[in-house]
Amino acid sequence: MASKLAPWALRNAARAVRSPARFQQRSFQVSAAVRSDNLNVHRDTPENNASIPFKFNAQNEKLIQEVLSRYPSQYKKAAVMPLLDLGQRQHGFTSISVMNEVARILEMPPMRVYEVATFYTMYNRNPVGKFHVQCCTTTPCQLRGSDGIMKAIEEQLGIHHGQTTDDKLFTLTEVECLGACANAPMVQINDDFYEDLTPETTKSLLSALKDAAQKTGAGGMAPGLVGTQEDVEAREVDGKKLKLGGPGYAAKGAAIPAPGPLSKRESCEPMTGLTSLTGPKWTAESTLRKDGQL
Amino acid sequence: MLSTPAKAILRSSTASVLPKTATRSIATTTSAATNGQQQKRSMATVQDAPPVQHKRGLQDQDRIFQNLYGQHGADLKTAQKYGDWYKTKEIIEKGHDWLISEIKASGLRGRGGAGFPSGMKWSFMNFKDWDKDTKPRYLVVNADEGEPGTCKDREIMRKDPHKLIEGCLVAGRAMNCTAAYIYIRGEFYHEATVLQRAIQEAYQAGLIGKNACGSGYDFDVYLHRGMGAYVCGEETSLIESLEGKPGKPRLKPPFPAAVGLFGCPSTVANVETIAVAPTIIRRGANWFNSFGRERNAGTKLFCISGHVNNPCTVEEEMSIPLRELIDKHAGGVIGGWDNLKAVIPGGSSTPILPKNVCDDQLMDFDALKDSQSGLGTAAVIVMDQSTDVVRAIARLSKFYHHESCGQCTPCREGSKWVEQIMQRFEKGTARAREIDMMQELTKQVEGHTICALGEAFAWPVQGLIRHFRPELEARIAENTQKSGGEALAGGWAHDSQKRGMLISPGQ
Repeated sequence: MASKLAPWALRNAARAVRSPARFQQRSFQVSAAVRSDNLNVHRDTPENNASIPFKFNAQNEKLIQEVLSRYPSQYKKAAVMPLLDLGQRQHGFTSISVMNEVARILEMPPMRVYEVATFYTMYNRNPVGKFHVQCCTTTPCQLRGSDGIMKAIEEQLGIHHGQTTDDKLFTLTEVECLGACANAPMVQINDDFYEDLTPETTKSLLSALKDAAQKTGAGGMAPGLVGTQEDVEAREVDGKKLKLGGPGYAAKGAAIPAPGPLSKRESCEPMTGLTSLTGPKWTAESTLRKDGQL
Repeated sequence: MLSTPAKAILRSSTASVLPKTATRSIATTTSAATNGQQQKRSMATVQDAPPVQHKRGLQDQDRIFQNLYGQHGADLKTAQKYGDWYKTKEIIEKGHDWLISEIKASGLRGRGGAGFPSGMKWSFMNFKDWDKDTKPRYLVVNADEGEPGTCKDREIMRKDPHKLIEGCLVAGRAMNCTAAYIYIRGEFYHEATVLQRAIQEAYQAGLIGKNACGSGYDFDVYLHRGMGAYVCGEETSLIESLEGKPGKPRLKPPFPAAVGLFGCPSTVANVETIAVAPTIIRRGANWFNSFGRERNAGTKLFCISGHVNNPCTVEEEMSIPLRELIDKHAGGVIGGWDNLKAVIPGGSSTPILPKNVCDDQLMDFDALKDSQSGLGTAAVIVMDQSTDVVRAIARLSKFYHHESCGQCTPCREGSKWVEQIMQRFEKGTARAREIDMMQELTKQVEGHTICALGEAFAWPVQGLIRHFRPELEARIAENTQKSGGEALAGGWAHDSQKRGMLISPGQ
């Protein structure tokens, strides 16, 4: 017995002495790993669960009929993206009730709607602030200093990527290329592109937005500032057709800069003056082909 | 780990001494063998023939997009004044054969990136017995402009929307389509508004719809807004998205020309391709073909962004030298041409080019292919000497990781790995062997995915390794020196084990 016990005790004694001597350090992962912008599954919250009723309003009902008429009648489900967008505009975000209602209207399984709503990044499946600030940080913007813009926004609002301010006015998201690279750096606030930014103009833009929201008494969580049809028509008439916000939004003494470049540029032309398209314009008659085919 | 000979080949390719093929070596044996300079890739393209130079310097009279800078309105009356919707009825009545032969003669190549000859693509729609088929036929316009650096379609849609709508009708007639869907990216809300208003104007004026332009041809134009997915710029995933599904690309074949949108024959084409078509028809194929080199005909919208004095979008002839383009329109590189470090010539998915290549680079499909890059969407991203080029490419890798749809394993997993390795390269905490590993990884991805997103994230990284390998190695060496040892695999500090961290065994 002793012949077996002694080696066993010796082996284990050595191990027992060695193991506490080794100091081990292992860091816990305390926050959820961010694998995408948003969690892909739905979690019931007080403001987003299936028991909250949602109905499209009368104006949107009319729009839905028009949208449906664009697609072949046997392919009603092609309208799922425009309808979800309408729902988001009415409700403020794409809640589970919006998705279920769209599924009901289009007679498709709710899961097919969830698939679409989770695939596309512009459906906010959680509430966002009144102003959804989306800062582009992809390479062309990065080269023109989007780091500074991001920093300015974070300083001004005190929030980071994916967060909403306490007053529910601003949500900041870092997004991928928005397609205004010749006017980099830029942010998109709700539907409006603000381009050619500097940290200073970014800060003053954000404070103007906040100012306007406070003066007009608008609360958070409302659908964003969307230009009405009258605005759009009015913009056509005055000289600045390109700055689609026209002279900017003005309400109760609060003025918000017009969307577009916040520099002296109108759109994508070179800053220091035109290098092309300075001469007289051609017309179809003057340039028609000479071989008589038309 | 690569074997030594394979490694030697990779190394040598980065030093730009590619093995020569027979055709090229016959022509340039002496010069290429002796001077040891940057050698052009030997492909059977127009580079081998003496370049055909046409008249240079595009005049305003020859620029198609007259309203590129929004000097006049986007409404129908103004558009008609400046040349749109003129003799459209006569054009439509010419019939599809004539229209396609004109487009073929003009040498127009698709402006969405791949550069496929448009006339040929359109002719696929008129296959044998197409007229016996009762199904509707669709033209789908790809306005899902998401490629970083590209901002040309946006300018067309918000300033020259009637060019696009008339183009839909003309191209639709050439392909005998019944309707066109314009798939515009969701972020372009105001652009969609302008376009929708232009469509309504055209309907009211009887230019599209039933009996379009009084020609007896029925044609509808619909607008569909995307919702923010880069991958929907690929033609089959765009079709999926239009059908109300997640935008995951489909396997080809069947090609969209046979089974496309809603199961009907369809063709997907870029906004710029469609928008230039009516002007080409009106002014004649020879006019369009007189710009640019052979097989790279026409004018093109170039978007110049990054480190230039005046970033802008401009219409220029094809085959314009890169340096001339930047100096003439964008006010030059910040700090002068000598301050240039690198240029991404055609949007984020084309490989980066270092300054010595840029010096005499022509901007067209074939010349850029010979430089192992591509014209893509002609989005020129300029980087000066202050740029952290590794970071710039690492950011693109993050973009592709974010935008991968997750359908094919090589892309879904590969894009994540590439992003992680690129982040280590950026900090210098990678291991030197990971450079070759990365090259191998990207080579494994390209060609093994359904759509081109696999290539799109592989190529920039390959370009970086090809031209900036010393920079990667220097960064690793710098980190090694600073932290006292080369980092372990996975970016762990060299002494992690000593500090008691539980890292994977075998380090």
